[in-house]
Amino acid sequence: MDVKEGDVLNYDIVVVGGGPAGSTAARFAAKEGADVLVLEKRQEIGSPVRCAEGVSLSWLEELEIDNIDSSTSRTMKGAILYSPAGNKLKITERLAGDEVGVVLERDRFDKDMARLAVKEGADFMVKTSAVGLIKEDGVVKGVEARYLGKKFEVRADLVIGADGFESQVGRWAGIYDSLKPKDIMTCFQYRLTGVNMDPDFTHFYMGSSAPGGYVWAFPKDENTANVGLGLQFSRLKGEKTPKDYLDEFIENHDDYKDGEAVDMVAGAVAVTHPPEKAIAPGIILVGDASRVVDSMTGGGIVNSLKQGKIAGEFAAEAVREGKFDEEFLQKYEKRWRDELENKLWRNYMAKETAMQLDDITFDKIIDALSNIELETVTIGAILEGVKKKYPELVEEFQNMI
Amino acid sequence: MKPEVNGERCMRCGACVGTCPVNTIFLKEFTLEINDDCTECGMCVKVCPIDALYMGGD
Ligand SMILES: Cc1cc2nc3c(=O)[nH]c(=O)nc-3n(C[C@H](O)[C@H](O)[C@H](O)COP(=O)(O)OP(=O)(O)OC[C@H]3O[C@@H](n4cnc5c(N)ncnc54)[C@H](O)[C@@H]3O)c2cc1C
Ligand code: SF4
Ligand code: SF4
Repeated sequence: MDVKEGDVLNYDIVVVGGGPAGSTAARFAAKEGADVLVLEKRQEIGSPVRCAEGVSLSWLEELEIDNIDSSTSRTMKGAILYSPAGNKLKITERLAGDEVGVVLERDRFDKDMARLAVKEGADFMVKTSAVGLIKEDGVVKGVEARYLGKKFEVRADLVIGADGFESQVGRWAGIYDSLKPKDIMTCFQYRLTGVNMDPDFTHFYMGSSAPGGYVWAFPKDENTANVGLGLQFSRLKGEKTPKDYLDEFIENHDDYKDGEAVDMVAGAVAVTHPPEKAIAPGIILVGDASRVVDSMTGGGIVNSLKQGKIAGEFAAEAVREGKFDEEFLQKYEKRWRDELENKLWRNYMAKETAMQLDDITFDKIIDALSNIELETVTIGAILEGVKKKYPELVEEFQNMI
Repeated sequence: MKPEVNGERCMRCGACVGTCPVNTIFLKEFTLEINDDCTECGMCVKVCPIDALYMGGD
């Protein structure tokens, strides 16, 4: 598509952001008959990758996707957790059930999600930024956008903000408060090749190598992995940056220290409670823009996809009914909250406690768990397991069992 | 003075944009702009994973 300065395009729905949330919202809105345009400011959907690429597969059917073989780098057999002293806990497929997953080719995955949307009739524009809302008599009527240096308008009755952690749509709409430092994870990652970890497991390192967060290593092939960390913003002290923490971790771990970086990623995720609002008249938010990242893991792809589907189906319904006022949009709030909110809150509360744990406590927890047969890997089962050996440790978590 | 960006370090990741409490950092096509309503709180400088922002003027 080409546009000229001052052009006006007309759609039912304009989606800002072509990540998993935006493409999925567009797919389901288009499928239900709405006219949808997705704007993506980057020149290539999904690239550069800003992700560790780990994802479970429990959602495929719900999202009406047969398989994601074409965007899978490697299928995992389970996860290994490491305490600061080096104790290990292996969580195998049998234990984790549906939650075991794959490491994606995230750039390919995002393009696949876009392709599914296009198949249903959605339009896309890359290298196109939304730069502001169009309002008439206080009512949102679309967005102003820029494409290759040209300013134009996309007129639409509904704007879907799927613009990620840095979401402007949410801020233009005045929907949310600024994040608290304790609820921001600042992240840094290398893709290292020439590493020696077990390539069939995801690896998680707890404790002070990443204060308030963890170090991950997600294998891409036999000797390549995404090795990165997220750490709690409020725990950053002095001059030491996330990159410095990661460099130090790699230097001290034989499995990784001979690896060479072939890629480097920076970013941030909000590990916060669900937002008070994900709607404003004429606007709905979806994905990271609506802060649905799982606070315990920092993973946000699955929730973005699930909420994207709910958003898309709802948006098409709003178009059919011709209703975009806040009262009608409450239906969207209710639907996504019914599906996601309980777990988001639970994991947020768990994170609030887990972030306080010191290295000795992590050592004890992993030690207690490595000596028993876990039946399943839920927070409850883990706490029960720890309770057997170190009852005093689980007092704080008591209400979650 | 408001922060300045070291363009050679910046990875355009948006961590500072989403963190700024007054939403005054803008990732433009080739640059990162900080507007004048910056309160000089320093959060963006601290959140940057790779130390690409620094407080200007000192
Ligand atoms: C370092 C790191 C590692 C992570 N690892 C994992 C992981 O292993 N597993 C997991 O599940 N999650 C992970 N996450 C989180 C995951 O990446 C996000 O939850 C997910 O990408 C959210 O999808 P989204 O579609 O909401 O947003 P995004 O994927 O961020 O997409 C938003 C899109 O909007 C575009 N955009 C922004 N502003 C505009 C604008 N004004 N106009 C047009 N387009 C715009 C952006 O360019 C971007 O493409 C990680 C995050 C980080 C930072
Ligand atoms: S946080 Fe740092 S690397 Fe990321 S966009 Fe801001 S200045 Fe650039
Ligand atoms: S110093 Fe504070 S107010 Fe100024 S740009 Fe950075 S985060 Fe925003």
